[in-house]
Amino acid sequence: MLELLMRALIGGLGVAAVAGPLGAFVVWRRMAYFGDTLAHSALLGVALGFLLDINLNLAIVVLCVGLALVLVTLQKKQIIATDTLLGILAHSSLSLGLVAVSFLDNVRIDLMAYLFGDLLAISQTDLYWIYGGGLAVMALLVAFWRPLLALTVNEELAKVEGYPVETIRLLLMLLVAVVIAVAMKIVGVLLITSLMIIPAATSRKLSQTPVQMASIAGVLGCLSVCGGLWASYHWDTPTGPSVVVCAAFLFLLAYTLPTRKMAA
Amino acid sequence: MSTRLAELQDIGIRFGDRQLLSNINVTLHQGEIVTLIGPNGSGKSTLIRTLLGLQEPTSGQVIRHSTLRIGYMPQKLHIDPTLPLTVKHFLGLVRGVNKKDIRPTLNKVGIPHLENSQVHVLSGGETQRLLLARALLNRPNLLVLDEPVQGVDVSGQVELYNLIEVIRNELNCGVLMISHDLHLVMAQTDTVVCINQHVCCSGSPQHVKDHPAYQALFGIPGADTSLAIYSHQHDHVHDDSGEVVEEGHVHGPNCNHHAH
Repeated sequence: MLELLMRALIGGLGVAAVAGPLGAFVVWRRMAYFGDTLAHSALLGVALGFLLDINLNLAIVVLCVGLALVLVTLQKKQIIATDTLLGILAHSSLSLGLVAVSFLDNVRIDLMAYLFGDLLAISQTDLYWIYGGGLAVMALLVAFWRPLLALTVNEELAKVEGYPVETIRLLLMLLVAVVIAVAMKIVGVLLITSLMIIPAATSRKLSQTPVQMASIAGVLGCLSVCGGLWASYHWDTPTGPSVVVCAAFLFLLAYTLPTRKMAA
Repeated sequence: MSTRLAELQDIGIRFGDRQLLSNINVTLHQGEIVTLIGPNGSGKSTLIRTLLGLQEPTSGQVIRHSTLRIGYMPQKLHIDPTLPLTVKHFLGLVRGVNKKDIRPTLNKVGIPHLENSQVHVLSGGETQRLLLARALLNRPNLLVLDEPVQGVDVSGQVELYNLIEVIRNELNCGVLMISHDLHLVMAQTDTVVCINQHVCCSGSPQHVKDHPAYQALFGIPGADTSLAIYSHQHDHVHDDSGEVVEEGHVHGPNCNHHAH
Protein backbone atom coordinates (compact mmCIF):
# COMPACT_ATOMS: atom_id res chain seq x y z
CA MET A 1 0.00 0.00 0.00
CA LEU A 2 2.75 2.39 0.96
CA GLU A 3 4.61 1.68 -2.27
CA LEU A 4 1.43 2.36 -4.22
CA LEU A 5 0.95 5.68 -2.46
CA MET A 6 4.58 6.69 -2.97
CA ARG A 7 4.35 5.97 -6.68
CA ALA A 8 1.12 7.94 -6.92
CA LEU A 9 2.72 10.83 -5.05
CA ILE A 10 5.85 10.87 -7.20
CA GLY A 11 3.80 10.70 -10.40
CA GLY A 12 1.36 13.36 -9.27
CA LEU A 13 4.13 15.74 -8.22
CA GLY A 14 5.88 15.27 -11.56
CA VAL A 15 2.75 16.19 -13.48
CA ALA A 16 1.76 19.12 -11.25
CA ALA A 17 5.25 20.63 -11.32
CA VAL A 18 5.12 20.99 -15.09
CA ALA A 19 1.37 21.57 -15.55
CA GLY A 20 1.55 24.64 -13.28
CA PRO A 21 4.14 26.68 -15.23
CA LEU A 22 2.64 25.71 -18.58
CA GLY A 23 -0.77 26.55 -17.15
CA ALA A 24 0.44 30.11 -16.62
CA PHE A 25 0.80 30.43 -20.41
CA VAL A 26 -2.62 28.86 -20.90
CA VAL A 27 -4.10 31.52 -18.61
CA TRP A 28 -2.14 34.44 -20.11
CA ARG A 29 -3.01 33.49 -23.67
CA ARG A 30 -6.59 32.54 -22.83
CA MET A 31 -6.11 29.02 -24.12
CA ALA A 32 -8.18 27.26 -21.43
CA TYR A 33 -10.81 26.12 -23.91
CA PHE A 34 -8.10 25.07 -26.33
CA GLY A 35 -6.53 22.89 -23.62
CA ASP A 36 -9.92 21.41 -22.83
CA THR A 37 -10.45 20.50 -26.48
CA LEU A 38 -7.12 18.73 -26.70
CA ALA A 39 -7.83 16.95 -23.42
CA HIS A 40 -11.22 15.71 -24.55
CA SER A 41 -9.71 14.33 -27.71
CA ALA A 42 -7.20 12.36 -25.64
CA LEU A 43 -9.80 9.66 -25.02
CA LEU A 44 -9.96 9.08 -28.75
CA GLY A 45 -6.19 8.66 -28.55
CA VAL A 46 -6.64 5.95 -25.93
CA ALA A 47 -9.16 4.10 -28.10
CA LEU A 48 -6.90 4.34 -31.14
CA GLY A 49 -3.97 3.18 -29.08
CA PHE A 50 -5.85 0.01 -28.12
CA LEU A 51 -7.18 -0.54 -31.63
CA LEU A 52 -3.78 -0.16 -33.30
CA ASP A 53 -1.97 -1.78 -30.40
CA ILE A 54 0.53 1.04 -29.88
CA ASN A 55 1.70 2.74 -26.71
CA LEU A 56 -1.18 4.75 -25.27
CA ASN A 57 0.89 7.78 -24.25
CA LEU A 58 2.35 7.94 -27.74
CA ALA A 59 -1.10 7.63 -29.32
CA ILE A 60 -2.42 10.48 -27.16
CA VAL A 61 0.51 12.79 -27.95
CA VAL A 62 0.20 12.12 -31.68
CA LEU A 63 -3.55 12.68 -31.65
CA CYS A 64 -3.30 15.90 -29.59
CA VAL A 65 -0.59 17.34 -31.81
CA GLY A 66 -2.59 16.39 -34.91
CA LEU A 67 -5.70 18.04 -33.53
CA ALA A 68 -3.73 21.16 -32.59
CA LEU A 69 -2.50 21.42 -36.19
CA VAL A 70 -6.04 20.97 -37.55
CA LEU A 71 -7.22 23.69 -35.19
CA VAL A 72 -4.58 26.17 -36.32
CA THR A 73 -5.41 25.52 -39.96
CA LEU A 74 -9.16 25.90 -39.45
CA GLN A 75 -8.64 29.00 -37.33
CA LYS A 76 -6.71 30.67 -40.14
CA LYS A 77 -9.55 30.04 -42.57
CA GLN A 78 -11.93 31.83 -40.19
CA ILE A 79 -15.01 29.94 -41.32
CA ILE A 80 -16.60 30.02 -37.87
CA ALA A 81 -15.71 31.67 -34.57
CA THR A 82 -12.86 30.01 -32.69
CA ASP A 83 -14.86 29.13 -29.58
CA THR A 84 -17.56 27.47 -31.68
CA LEU A 85 -14.89 25.54 -33.53
CA LEU A 86 -13.34 24.43 -30.24
CA GLY A 87 -16.74 23.39 -28.91
CA ILE A 88 -17.40 21.27 -31.98
CA LEU A 89 -14.00 19.58 -31.89
CA ALA A 90 -13.98 19.06 -28.11
CA HIS A 91 -17.30 17.32 -27.84
CA SER A 92 -17.28 15.45 -31.11
CA SER A 93 -13.83 14.03 -30.40
CA LEU A 94 -14.87 13.06 -26.87
CA SER A 95 -17.99 11.35 -28.20
CA LEU A 96 -16.01 9.70 -30.96
CA GLY A 97 -13.62 8.45 -28.30
CA LEU A 98 -16.48 7.01 -26.21
CA VAL A 99 -17.99 5.35 -29.28
CA ALA A 100 -14.62 3.93 -30.31
CA VAL A 101 -14.03 2.57 -26.81
CA SER A 102 -17.36 0.73 -26.93
CA PHE A 103 -16.11 -1.24 -29.94
CA LEU A 104 -13.21 -2.62 -27.94
CA ASP A 105 -14.87 -5.88 -26.83
CA ASN A 106 -11.78 -7.84 -26.04
CA VAL A 107 -10.11 -5.13 -23.94
CA ARG A 108 -11.39 -4.16 -20.56
CA ILE A 109 -11.10 -0.40 -20.14
CA ASP A 110 -11.81 1.34 -16.89
CA LEU A 111 -13.56 4.31 -18.49
CA MET A 112 -13.90 6.18 -15.22
CA ALA A 113 -10.14 6.06 -14.77
CA TYR A 114 -9.60 7.74 -18.12
CA LEU A 115 -12.31 10.33 -17.63
CA PHE A 116 -11.47 11.32 -14.06
CA GLY A 117 -8.05 9.84 -13.49
CA ASP A 118 -6.78 7.14 -11.20
CA LEU A 119 -3.64 8.19 -9.44
CA LEU A 120 -3.37 4.88 -7.62
CA ALA A 121 -3.21 2.89 -10.86
CA ILE A 122 0.07 4.47 -11.92
CA SER A 123 2.61 1.95 -13.13
CA GLN A 124 6.39 2.14 -13.25
CA THR A 125 6.21 2.73 -17.03
CA ASP A 126 3.80 5.62 -16.47
CA LEU A 127 6.36 7.19 -14.16
CA TYR A 128 9.00 7.01 -16.89
CA TRP A 129 6.59 8.74 -19.28
CA ILE A 130 5.69 11.41 -16.75
CA TYR A 131 9.28 12.24 -15.87
CA GLY A 132 10.62 11.87 -19.41
CA GLY A 133 7.85 14.02 -20.88
CA GLY A 134 7.84 16.38 -17.93
CA LEU A 135 11.57 17.03 -18.06
CA ALA A 136 11.44 17.58 -21.82
CA VAL A 137 8.59 20.09 -21.44
CA MET A 138 10.37 21.84 -18.59
CA ALA A 139 13.64 22.07 -20.53
CA LEU A 140 11.89 23.53 -23.58
CA LEU A 141 9.93 25.94 -21.41
CA VAL A 142 13.14 27.23 -19.83
CA ALA A 143 15.07 27.34 -23.12
CA PHE A 144 12.33 29.22 -24.96
CA TRP A 145 11.07 31.25 -22.02
CA ARG A 146 11.81 34.68 -23.50
CA PRO A 147 10.37 34.06 -26.99
CA LEU A 148 7.30 32.40 -25.48
CA LEU A 149 6.73 35.35 -23.20
CA ALA A 150 7.45 37.93 -25.91
CA LEU A 151 4.83 36.24 -28.08
CA THR A 152 2.33 36.24 -25.23
CA VAL A 153 2.81 39.94 -24.56
CA ASN A 154 2.47 41.09 -28.16
CA GLU A 155 2.79 38.89 -31.24
CA GLU A 156 3.31 41.75 -33.70
CA LEU A 157 6.11 43.35 -31.71
CA ALA A 158 7.72 39.94 -31.36
CA LYS A 159 7.49 39.37 -35.10
CA VAL A 160 8.97 42.75 -35.98
CA GLU A 161 11.83 42.12 -33.55
CA GLY A 162 12.59 38.91 -35.44
CA TYR A 163 11.21 36.15 -33.22
CA PRO A 164 10.06 33.10 -35.24
CA VAL A 165 6.44 33.64 -34.19
CA GLU A 166 4.81 30.72 -36.03
CA THR A 167 7.33 28.20 -34.73
CA ILE A 168 7.05 29.39 -31.16
CA ARG A 169 3.26 29.27 -31.28
CA LEU A 170 3.44 25.71 -32.55
CA LEU A 171 5.92 24.82 -29.82
CA LEU A 172 3.52 26.02 -27.14
CA MET A 173 0.72 23.87 -28.55
CA LEU A 174 3.05 20.90 -28.65
CA LEU A 175 3.99 21.43 -25.00
CA VAL A 176 0.32 21.59 -24.01
CA ALA A 177 -0.35 18.38 -25.94
CA VAL A 178 2.50 16.54 -24.19
CA VAL A 179 1.40 17.70 -20.74
CA ILE A 180 -2.15 16.55 -21.44
CA ALA A 181 -0.91 13.13 -22.51
CA VAL A 182 1.12 12.59 -19.35
CA ALA A 183 -1.39 14.21 -16.99
CA MET A 184 -4.29 12.08 -18.18
CA LYS A 185 -3.46 9.20 -15.87
CA ILE A 186 -3.54 11.50 -12.86
CA VAL A 187 -6.70 13.57 -13.25
CA GLY A 188 -8.36 12.18 -16.38
CA VAL A 189 -9.38 13.89 -19.61
CA LEU A 190 -12.21 15.89 -18.07
CA LEU A 191 -10.10 17.45 -15.34
CA ILE A 192 -6.67 18.00 -16.92
CA THR A 193 -7.21 21.66 -17.78
CA SER A 194 -8.05 22.41 -14.17
CA LEU A 195 -4.63 21.19 -13.06
CA MET A 196 -3.12 23.72 -15.46
CA ILE A 197 -5.30 26.76 -14.91
CA ILE A 198 -6.38 26.65 -11.25
CA PRO A 199 -2.86 26.74 -9.73
CA ALA A 200 -1.84 29.41 -12.27
CA ALA A 201 -4.88 31.54 -11.47
CA THR A 202 -4.17 31.20 -7.74
CA SER A 203 -0.56 32.10 -8.33
CA ARG A 204 -1.53 35.36 -10.06
CA LYS A 205 -2.60 36.76 -6.71
CA LEU A 206 0.79 36.03 -5.19
CA SER A 207 3.23 37.12 -7.91
CA GLN A 208 4.83 40.22 -9.34
CA THR A 209 6.66 38.73 -12.32
CA PRO A 210 5.95 36.04 -14.91
CA VAL A 211 8.70 33.77 -13.53
CA GLN A 212 7.22 34.02 -10.05
CA MET A 213 3.75 33.25 -11.32
CA ALA A 214 4.92 30.19 -13.25
CA SER A 215 7.01 28.75 -10.40
CA ILE A 216 4.43 29.40 -7.70
CA ALA A 217 1.84 27.71 -9.92
CA GLY A 218 4.06 24.62 -10.01
CA VAL A 219 4.38 24.61 -6.22
CA LEU A 220 0.63 25.10 -5.72
CA GLY A 221 -0.05 22.23 -8.11
CA CYS A 222 2.23 19.98 -6.05
CA LEU A 223 0.47 21.03 -2.84
CA SER A 224 -2.88 20.16 -4.44
CA VAL A 225 -1.60 16.71 -5.38
CA CYS A 226 -0.38 16.10 -1.82
CA GLY A 227 -3.64 17.34 -0.34
CA GLY A 228 -5.76 15.39 -2.79
CA LEU A 229 -3.87 12.16 -2.17
CA TRP A 230 -4.09 12.62 1.57
CA ALA A 231 -7.85 13.20 1.39
CA SER A 232 -8.26 10.27 -0.95
CA TYR A 233 -6.36 8.01 1.47
CA HIS A 234 -8.29 9.15 4.54
CA TRP A 235 -11.81 9.35 3.22
CA ASP A 236 -11.55 6.98 0.30
CA THR A 237 -12.53 9.68 -2.18
CA PRO A 238 -11.64 9.48 -5.92
CA THR A 239 -8.08 10.79 -6.29
CA GLY A 240 -8.36 12.93 -9.45
CA PRO A 241 -11.36 14.97 -8.29
CA SER A 242 -9.82 15.25 -4.80
CA VAL A 243 -6.71 16.87 -6.27
CA VAL A 244 -8.86 19.36 -8.22
CA VAL A 245 -11.00 20.15 -5.17
CA CYS A 246 -7.81 20.81 -3.26
CA ALA A 247 -6.53 23.17 -5.99
CA ALA A 248 -9.86 25.00 -5.99
CA PHE A 249 -9.69 25.32 -2.22
CA LEU A 250 -6.25 26.95 -2.48
CA PHE A 251 -7.65 29.32 -5.11
CA LEU A 252 -10.48 30.37 -2.79
CA LEU A 253 -8.05 30.77 0.06
CA ALA A 254 -5.73 33.05 -1.94
CA TYR A 255 -8.52 35.28 -3.12
CA THR A 256 -10.38 35.59 0.17
CA LEU A 257 -7.53 35.98 2.63
CA PRO A 258 -6.25 39.54 2.95
CA THR A 259 -2.76 39.90 1.43
CA ARG A 260 0.05 42.15 2.58
CA LYS A 261 1.20 43.07 -0.90
CA MET A 262 -1.19 42.98 -3.78
CA ALA A 263 0.00 42.38 -7.32
CA ALA A 264 -1.09 45.15 -9.65
CA MET B 1 20.45 62.70 -50.54
CA SER B 2 21.15 60.60 -47.46
CA THR B 3 21.05 56.80 -47.35
CA ARG B 4 17.86 55.06 -48.36
CA LEU B 5 16.53 52.67 -45.72
CA ALA B 6 13.37 51.25 -47.24
CA GLU B 7 11.12 51.83 -50.21
CA LEU B 8 7.46 51.09 -50.75
CA GLN B 9 6.93 50.70 -54.49
CA ASP B 10 3.48 50.78 -56.13
CA ILE B 11 1.92 49.13 -53.11
CA GLY B 12 -1.64 47.95 -53.63
CA ILE B 13 -3.69 46.10 -51.06
CA ARG B 14 -7.05 44.48 -51.63
CA PHE B 15 -9.21 42.82 -48.98
CA GLY B 16 -11.81 40.74 -50.80
CA ASP B 17 -13.36 43.09 -53.33
CA ARG B 18 -12.34 46.20 -51.43
CA GLN B 19 -9.29 48.07 -52.71
CA LEU B 20 -7.75 49.51 -49.56
CA LEU B 21 -4.58 50.97 -51.02
CA SER B 22 -3.39 51.56 -54.56
CA ASN B 23 -0.17 52.78 -56.15
CA ILE B 24 1.53 53.93 -52.98
CA ASN B 25 5.15 55.04 -53.31
CA VAL B 26 7.08 56.14 -50.26
CA THR B 27 10.84 56.21 -49.74
CA LEU B 28 12.40 56.41 -46.28
CA HIS B 29 15.82 57.95 -45.72
CA GLN B 30 18.26 58.02 -42.84
CA GLY B 31 17.64 61.04 -40.63
CA GLU B 32 14.33 62.00 -42.22
CA ILE B 33 10.97 62.24 -40.45
CA VAL B 34 8.06 61.22 -42.68
CA THR B 35 4.53 61.70 -41.40
CA LEU B 36 1.59 59.78 -42.84
CA ILE B 37 -1.63 61.67 -42.54
CA GLY B 38 -5.14 60.77 -43.63
CA PRO B 39 -8.67 60.22 -42.43
CA ASN B 40 -9.83 57.11 -40.55
CA GLY B 41 -9.92 54.06 -42.77
CA SER B 42 -7.56 55.62 -45.28
CA GLY B 43 -5.13 52.71 -44.98
CA LYS B 44 -2.33 54.36 -42.98
CA SER B 45 -1.95 51.53 -40.49
CA THR B 46 -2.21 48.92 -43.24
CA LEU B 47 0.60 50.66 -45.13
CA ILE B 48 2.80 50.61 -42.03
CA ARG B 49 2.00 46.94 -41.44
CA THR B 50 3.07 46.25 -45.02
CA LEU B 51 6.42 47.91 -44.42
CA LEU B 52 6.86 45.85 -41.25
CA GLY B 53 6.11 42.60 -43.08
CA LEU B 54 2.95 41.96 -41.05
CA GLN B 55 0.79 42.37 -44.14
CA GLU B 56 1.51 41.02 -47.61
CA PRO B 57 0.86 43.54 -50.38
CA THR B 58 -1.48 42.40 -53.17
CA SER B 59 0.68 44.23 -55.70
CA GLY B 60 3.91 46.21 -55.66
CA GLN B 61 6.91 45.50 -53.49
CA VAL B 62 8.66 46.51 -50.31
CA ILE B 63 12.40 47.01 -50.62
CA ARG B 64 14.25 46.78 -47.33
CA HIS B 65 17.90 47.79 -47.60
CA SER B 66 20.39 45.51 -45.94
CA THR B 67 21.20 47.94 -43.12
CA LEU B 68 17.54 48.36 -42.18
CA ARG B 69 16.72 47.76 -38.54
CA ILE B 70 13.23 48.73 -37.47
CA GLY B 71 12.03 49.84 -34.06
CA TYR B 72 8.25 49.52 -34.05
CA MET B 73 5.81 51.24 -31.76
CA PRO B 74 2.33 49.74 -32.12
CA GLN B 75 -0.82 51.78 -31.75
CA LYS B 76 -1.92 50.10 -28.54
CA LEU B 77 -0.49 47.81 -25.95
CA HIS B 78 -2.89 45.28 -24.56
CA ILE B 79 -1.40 42.99 -21.95
CA ASP B 80 -3.71 40.49 -20.35
CA PRO B 81 -4.31 41.50 -16.72
CA THR B 82 -3.53 37.94 -15.62
CA LEU B 83 0.09 38.48 -16.68
CA PRO B 84 2.10 40.25 -13.99
CA LEU B 85 4.75 42.27 -15.79
CA THR B 86 6.96 45.15 -14.71
CA VAL B 87 8.30 47.82 -17.07
CA LYS B 88 11.79 46.37 -16.68
CA HIS B 89 10.63 42.86 -17.60
CA PHE B 90 8.59 44.14 -20.53
CA LEU B 91 11.66 45.83 -21.98
CA GLY B 92 13.78 42.75 -21.26
CA LEU B 93 11.72 40.86 -23.84
CA VAL B 94 13.33 42.71 -26.77
CA ARG B 95 15.19 40.15 -28.84
CA GLY B 96 18.91 40.21 -28.08
CA VAL B 97 18.60 43.16 -25.71
CA ASN B 98 21.49 44.14 -23.49
CA LYS B 99 19.95 44.48 -20.01
CA LYS B 100 22.35 47.33 -19.28
CA ASP B 101 20.66 49.45 -21.97
CA ILE B 102 17.27 49.40 -20.26
CA ARG B 103 17.92 52.06 -17.62
CA PRO B 104 19.52 54.62 -19.98
CA THR B 105 16.68 54.10 -22.46
CA LEU B 106 14.08 54.70 -19.75
CA ASN B 107 15.97 57.89 -18.91
CA LYS B 108 15.91 58.94 -22.53
CA VAL B 109 12.13 58.63 -22.81
CA GLY B 110 11.64 60.27 -19.42
CA ILE B 111 10.20 57.47 -17.29
CA PRO B 112 13.19 56.17 -15.23
CA HIS B 113 11.05 56.19 -12.06
CA LEU B 114 8.69 53.57 -13.50
CA GLU B 115 11.28 50.81 -13.93
CA ASN B 116 9.64 48.53 -11.35
CA SER B 117 6.00 49.51 -11.96
CA GLN B 118 3.49 47.04 -13.34
CA VAL B 119 2.68 47.84 -16.98
CA HIS B 120 -1.05 47.69 -16.26
CA VAL B 121 -1.02 50.75 -14.02
CA LEU B 122 0.69 53.15 -16.46
CA SER B 123 -1.18 56.18 -17.81
CA GLY B 124 -1.72 56.74 -21.54
CA GLY B 125 1.33 58.96 -21.92
CA GLU B 126 3.55 56.67 -19.84
CA THR B 127 2.49 53.67 -21.93
CA GLN B 128 3.41 55.52 -25.14
CA ARG B 129 6.83 56.33 -23.69
CA LEU B 130 7.28 52.72 -22.65
CA LEU B 131 6.47 51.55 -26.18
CA LEU B 132 8.91 54.11 -27.57
CA ALA B 133 11.58 52.76 -25.21
CA ARG B 134 10.93 49.24 -26.47
CA ALA B 135 11.26 50.41 -30.09
CA LEU B 136 14.56 52.14 -29.23
CA LEU B 137 15.99 49.06 -27.50
CA ASN B 138 15.87 47.22 -30.82
CA ARG B 139 18.72 49.62 -31.87
CA PRO B 140 16.82 50.84 -34.93
CA ASN B 141 17.89 53.03 -37.80
CA LEU B 142 14.23 53.40 -38.69
CA LEU B 143 11.53 54.14 -36.13
CA VAL B 144 8.02 53.19 -37.20
CA LEU B 145 5.42 54.80 -34.97
CA ASP B 146 1.72 54.07 -35.35
CA GLU B 147 -0.04 57.05 -33.80
CA PRO B 148 2.60 57.70 -31.15
CA VAL B 149 0.52 60.26 -29.28
CA GLN B 150 -2.68 58.28 -28.97
CA GLY B 151 -4.45 58.75 -25.65
CA VAL B 152 -2.24 61.68 -24.65
CA ASP B 153 -3.45 65.22 -23.91
CA VAL B 154 -2.40 68.10 -26.18
CA SER B 155 0.54 69.37 -24.12
CA GLY B 156 1.73 65.78 -23.73
CA GLN B 157 1.44 65.34 -27.50
CA VAL B 158 3.71 68.30 -28.14
CA GLU B 159 6.22 66.91 -25.64
CA LEU B 160 6.18 63.50 -27.29
CA TYR B 161 6.67 64.92 -30.79
CA ASN B 162 9.58 66.98 -29.46
CA LEU B 163 11.04 63.85 -27.86
CA ILE B 164 10.79 62.00 -31.18
CA GLU B 165 12.67 64.82 -32.89
CA VAL B 166 15.36 64.81 -30.20
CA ILE B 167 15.79 61.06 -30.66
CA ARG B 168 16.00 61.45 -34.43
CA ASN B 169 18.73 64.07 -34.05
CA GLU B 170 20.61 61.91 -31.58
CA LEU B 171 20.48 58.61 -33.49
CA ASN B 172 20.20 60.12 -36.97
CA CYS B 173 17.59 57.46 -37.65
CA GLY B 174 14.71 57.66 -40.08
CA VAL B 175 11.21 58.04 -38.67
CA LEU B 176 7.90 57.03 -40.21
CA MET B 177 4.89 57.97 -38.15
CA ILE B 178 1.14 58.22 -38.42
CA SER B 179 -0.60 61.33 -37.24
CA HIS B 180 -4.11 62.68 -37.38
CA ASP B 181 -3.11 66.27 -36.99
CA LEU B 182 -0.73 67.99 -39.37
CA HIS B 183 -0.53 71.21 -37.37
CA LEU B 184 0.86 69.52 -34.30
CA VAL B 185 3.57 67.61 -36.17
CA MET B 186 4.48 70.27 -38.74
CA ALA B 187 7.47 71.63 -36.85
CA GLN B 188 9.02 68.16 -36.44
CA THR B 189 8.30 66.74 -39.88
CA ASP B 190 10.45 66.84 -43.00
CA THR B 191 8.00 65.17 -45.37
CA VAL B 192 4.27 64.69 -45.16
CA VAL B 193 2.44 62.06 -47.17
CA CYS B 194 -1.29 62.56 -47.27
CA ILE B 195 -3.08 59.28 -47.88
CA ASN B 196 -6.64 58.36 -48.65
CA GLN B 197 -6.43 54.92 -50.26
CA HIS B 198 -3.88 56.52 -52.60
CA VAL B 199 -1.29 59.23 -52.15
CA CYS B 200 -3.29 62.46 -52.37
CA CYS B 201 -0.27 64.70 -52.11
CA SER B 202 3.16 64.72 -50.50
CA GLY B 203 6.05 67.05 -49.82
CA SER B 204 7.05 69.54 -47.15
CA PRO B 205 4.43 70.24 -44.46
CA GLN B 206 3.84 73.74 -45.84
CA HIS B 207 3.43 72.42 -49.37
CA VAL B 208 0.93 69.78 -48.25
CA LYS B 209 -1.00 72.23 -46.09
CA ASP B 210 -1.60 74.45 -49.10
CA HIS B 211 -2.34 71.58 -51.45
CA PRO B 212 -5.94 71.42 -52.72
CA ALA B 213 -6.10 67.64 -52.17
CA TYR B 214 -5.15 68.07 -48.51
CA GLN B 215 -7.60 70.90 -48.09
CA ALA B 216 -10.33 68.84 -49.68
CA LEU B 217 -9.76 66.23 -46.98
CA PHE B 218 -9.03 68.33 -43.94
CA GLY B 219 -10.52 71.72 -44.77
CA ILE B 220 -8.75 75.03 -45.43
CA PRO B 221 -6.86 76.07 -42.32
CA GLY B 222 -7.97 79.31 -40.72
CA ALA B 223 -5.81 82.41 -40.56
CA ASP B 224 -4.69 81.56 -37.05
CA THR B 225 -2.47 78.55 -37.74
CA SER B 226 -0.84 78.63 -34.31
CA LEU B 227 -4.06 77.26 -32.90
CA ALA B 228 -4.40 73.67 -33.97
CA ILE B 229 -8.05 73.11 -34.63
CA TYR B 230 -8.75 69.62 -35.83
CA SER B 231 -11.02 70.24 -38.76
CA HIS B 232 -11.38 66.90 -40.39
CA GLN B 233 -13.87 66.99 -43.22
CA HIS B 234 -15.32 63.63 -44.03
CA ASP B 235 -14.86 63.14 -47.75
CA HIS B 236 -16.74 59.91 -48.11
CA VAL B 237 -19.96 58.30 -46.99
CA HIS B 238 -20.22 55.13 -44.90
CA ASP B 239 -22.98 52.59 -45.24
CA ASP B 240 -24.56 50.84 -42.26
CA SER B 241 -21.74 48.35 -41.88
CA GLY B 242 -19.10 51.09 -41.93
CA GLU B 243 -17.92 50.33 -45.47
CA VAL B 244 -16.89 53.33 -47.52
CA VAL B 245 -19.44 54.09 -50.22
CA GLU B 246 -17.36 54.97 -53.25
CA GLU B 247 -19.49 57.71 -54.77
CA GLY B 248 -18.83 60.07 -51.88
CA HIS B 249 -15.11 60.22 -52.60
CA VAL B 250 -13.57 63.56 -53.61
CA HIS B 251 -10.79 63.09 -56.13
CA GLY B 252 -7.58 65.02 -55.63
CA PRO B 253 -5.49 66.18 -58.61
CA ASN B 254 -2.99 63.30 -58.19
CA CYS B 255 -5.75 60.82 -57.83
CA ASN B 256 -5.48 58.08 -60.43
CA HIS B 257 -8.38 55.81 -59.65
CA HIS B 258 -11.12 57.74 -61.42
CA ALA B 259 -12.47 54.70 -63.21
CA HIS B 260 -14.78 53.22 -60.58
